[in-house]
Amino acid sequence: MLDPILLWSGLVNGLLQGAIYALVALGLTLIYGVLHIINFAHGSLLMLAMYGVFLLFSQFGIDPYAALPIMVVGMFVLGYGLQRGLISRASHGRDENILLVTLGISIVIENLALFFFQGDTRTIDVPYAFDSLEVFGVFIAIPRLIAFAAALLIAGLLWLMIQRSDVGRAIRAVAKEKQGARLVGINVEHIYAVSYGVGIACLGAAACLLMPTYLVYPTVGHAFVLIAFTVVVLGGMGSFPGALLGGLLIGLCESFGGLFLGESFGQIGIFLVFIVVLLFRPSGLLGSRV
Amino acid sequence: MLEISSLRAGYGALEVLRGIDLSISAGEIVAVLGSNGAGKTTLNANISGLYRLFGGSIRFEGEEISKHTPERIVAAGVIHVPEGRRVFPNLTVRENLELGAYRRARARRSANLDRVVATFPRLSERFDQKAGTLSGGEQQMLAIGRGLMAEPRLLILDEPSLGLSPLLVEEMFELIRRLNDDGLSVLLVEQNVVQSLEIADRAYVLENGAIAMQGAAEALIEDEGLRRSYLGLA
Repeated sequence: MLDPILLWSGLVNGLLQGAIYALVALGLTLIYGVLHIINFAHGSLLMLAMYGVFLLFSQFGIDPYAALPIMVVGMFVLGYGLQRGLISRASHGRDENILLVTLGISIVIENLALFFFQGDTRTIDVPYAFDSLEVFGVFIAIPRLIAFAAALLIAGLLWLMIQRSDVGRAIRAVAKEKQGARLVGINVEHIYAVSYGVGIACLGAAACLLMPTYLVYPTVGHAFVLIAFTVVVLGGMGSFPGALLGGLLIGLCESFGGLFLGESFGQIGIFLVFIVVLLFRPSGLLGSRV
Repeated sequence: MLEISSLRAGYGALEVLRGIDLSISAGEIVAVLGSNGAGKTTLNANISGLYRLFGGSIRFEGEEISKHTPERIVAAGVIHVPEGRRVFPNLTVRENLELGAYRRARARRSANLDRVVATFPRLSERFDQKAGTLSGGEQQMLAIGRGLMAEPRLLILDEPSLGLSPLLVEEMFELIRRLNDDGLSVLLVEQNVVQSLEIADRAYVLENGAIAMQGAAEALIEDEGLRRSYLGLA
C-alpha cells in the first residue's frame, strides 16, 4: 500500500505542473480554434520568452514576476507582428503554407538562440526560489504555488475576454464564419493577428511563472510543446475549458505515472490516458462533435 | 445614392460580370433578377468589397468605394445580408445582433437591439440560443436583424427568400416593404421574380453577366419576354 503522503504529494505536484501545461496549451488552442492552424513555433516562442525573462533578470535585475506585464505585452506585440507581417503574408491563405511558415520560424528562433546563448542551460537566482510551504506534510515550493494560482487566474481572465468583450465576440465570430465577419465590418486579418498575439502572450506569462524554478536552453520548448499538443487534442481542439482540464489531467498523469512507474517511464501514463480518452471521445474531452 | 458604371468582375481569370451599369436612388427598392449563375452574387460581393473588381467604378453617395476594404464600406452604411445568411453559428442570437453594430452605430446598440427584437419577436424567444440551432427562416431573420443593427443607409439583400416556406416568403417580402416605408433604400437580389417586382420600384434583369432588361417594376411585370423566360407564361 502506498503512503498517503506520497499520493497527496503526487496530486499536488501534478496539479501544479498541469496548470503551466494548461497555460501553454491555452495559447495553442486559441490559435488553432481561430486560425485553424497548428502553431509549430509555439515551443520556440516559449523558449524565446524564457530567455527574455532571463535577460531582464540578469541584465536589468527585473524580478520575473515584475517582468510579467512587460513579457505579456512584448510577446503580444511580437505575435501580432509575426502573424500580420510574416505568417499571413507568406502563406497566401493556404493552410499547408502556414504550417511550414510557423515551422520555419521555430527553426530560425532556435538557431538564433543557439548562436547567442550556446547550448548551455541557464537559470536565474531569485532569493525565494527555495521558499516552501508545508501543507499536510508535503512541502510545496512557493514559486510553483504562485505559478499555479496565476495560471488559473490568467485562464479565467482569458475566458472572460473571449466570452464578454467585443474583441472576444469578434474572435469567436471569425473562428466560424469569416465571410459573415467581414460583412459586419470585422477586419479579419486584424482579428487573426490579435488571436495569434494573445496566444503568444500566454507564453510570455508562462515564461515568467516558470523561470524562478526552471532552467532555459535552446530546445526547452520541445518538452512543453509536445505535452501542450497532447493537452489540446485531449481537451478538444479549440476548446478553452478543455485545455484547462486537459492540462491539469496531463499534469496528474505525469506525476502519478512517475510515482508508480518511475521517472523515466512516467510519461507513458500521459499517452495511455491520451489514447484511452481518444478511443471513447475522438473529438476530445470537451471538443464539439464535428 | 449608389452608382455602378461599366463594372467588370469575376474570380481569378474568369470574368462573370461584363460591364454592368446600375443605380439606386435614396428610398428606392431596386430588384436585381436573374437565374442561377447570372452573376447576382458576384455583383453583391463586389459592392461590399469582398472581391476586387476587374474594372469600372462603384460610387456610394458620390464617393468611389470600389477600392475600399469591406469594413470601410460597412462603416459608410452599405450593409450586405449575404446569400446563405452567414450568421455566426457558435454565437448566441444576442451576440450575433450585437456584432451587427461592431463597426457602425455602436453607441446606439442597445436601442437598436430593442428595435430589431420588436421587428422580429421570434428572435427574442431564441435570444440566448446558439444561432446554429435556429431554423432556416429564423436564421434569415437573424441575418437581416444583424444587418439592421448597423443602421444601414443601403441594405443589400441577397436571396432573402431562398429556402423559406411560401408563408415565410410572403412575410419576408412584407417586411422588406415595411423597412422601405421607413425610408430604407434596398437592393434586392432575387430569383423570386413576381414577388420582387411587386414590391420594387425598378428592376434590372441580369443574364450571363450583362443587363438584359431594365425599367420600372410595373412595366417589367407586363413584359412579354420576361414573362416567357422567367415565369413560364406564354
